[in-house]
Amino acid sequence: MESIIACHECDLLHQSQSLPHGGIARCVRCGAVLYRHKPNSLDRVLALTAAGLVLFVVANFYPFLTFRLEAQIQETTLITGIIELYNQGMWIVAGVVFLTCILVPLLELVGMLYVLLPLKFKMRPWKLPILFRMIRSFKPWGMMEVFMVGILVAFVKLTKMATIIPGIALYAFMALIFVLAASAAALDPHIVWNRLEQRS
Amino acid sequence: MNHAFPTALNASLISCHSCHLLCKAVRPPEAVLSICPRCGARLHPRKPNSIARTWALVIAAFIFYIPANVLPITRVISFGKAQSDTIMSGVIYFVKSGSWPIALVIFIASVFVPVLKLIVLTYLLISVQLKSRWRPRDRARLYRITEAVGRWSMVDIYVVTILVALVKLGALATIEAGPGAIFFACVVIITIFAAMSFDPRLIWDTQEQNYERRKKQ
Repeated sequence: MESIIACHECDLLHQSQSLPHGGIARCVRCGAVLYRHKPNSLDRVLALTAAGLVLFVVANFYPFLTFRLEAQIQETTLITGIIELYNQGMWIVAGVVFLTCILVPLLELVGMLYVLLPLKFKMRPWKLPILFRMIRSFKPWGMMEVFMVGILVAFVKLTKMATIIPGIALYAFMALIFVLAASAAALDPHIVWNRLEQRS
Repeated sequence: MNHAFPTALNASLISCHSCHLLCKAVRPPEAVLSICPRCGARLHPRKPNSIARTWALVIAAFIFYIPANVLPITRVISFGKAQSDTIMSGVIYFVKSGSWPIALVIFIASVFVPVLKLIVLTYLLISVQLKSRWRPRDRARLYRITEAVGRWSMVDIYVVTILVALVKLGALATIEAGPGAIFFACVVIITIFAAMSFDPRLIWDTQEQNYERRKKQ
């Protein structure tokens, strides 16, 4: 795969070469990562995305956290807080949380499946390159791992006041964060773009 | 064509912002709306109006930062008494109750990171506008870090979301979100957009211009 690429951070041109196992290509001028060696990129991402979708469903539809103060019990799912914020008139905040923790991760998972399955089975569905571009531009707005830290802080804050019982959705959520991180690490967008280019 | 640095711009090429395909630049670039043949994104040699856009967003974020810190982000109603908390009073509460690590997490994510990000972006903008040649590699690294840490400022917004969901037991104990949360969410979103709209290639373009100028003299 000998071709010329430009560093996306300083525009310097480089000759791209194939890397050894675990290798990283960096820009000689600014030090930005140009590309990495990622074996079986597409298959790995496909497997992780499928696992991610299952975890996403569990994380959204099962009890997330339960708050118990003496006899009073308040059971919540992932979306409860968003609805509550919306009811209090905080629709901007509710919208931001909904986008970053539910909608963007869901679109990313479904979108990756839509792009990768046809590549795997050599089919030709509708608007693949545009969709892949959209997914790539959404990606920075998925912030589930930050939400996890938020859970930790809220847990510490409330733990003196009442009992907090973690639900099955919380464990699915934690697993989902690792799956998403692993899939982001395994994805080599250059390979996807090259494949998409060859087919058109 | 005898340039010191073989960049895409000098070679009349444009690297697509979205899929990084190298495309031939059509001249004049303003007149024709060029589109990447591979992914369909619009092609620009540099991010359009990068400096003006980033300045506008940075100034907006500075302005929003004030109400975000002055106004309460949560209101706790417990046994009929209401108590409002700002971001800083939340940090102080954790320090007083002995949860040092949590206090540090909130302080870094909600106070330190947004301010640092705005200061770094301001510095990068000024340094690019003054055509500074000082340590470009370190400035590029500074930008990379700024872009990566911004998302972690959202922690406080998520804490409010979870607290609001869990604690709603009527007069016994209820937590409501305060107006500060709106401004704080805006600060985080605006600073993320500001970091996105800044083009790190501008740091390097100055190096080339200075080099060319010295060569001519």
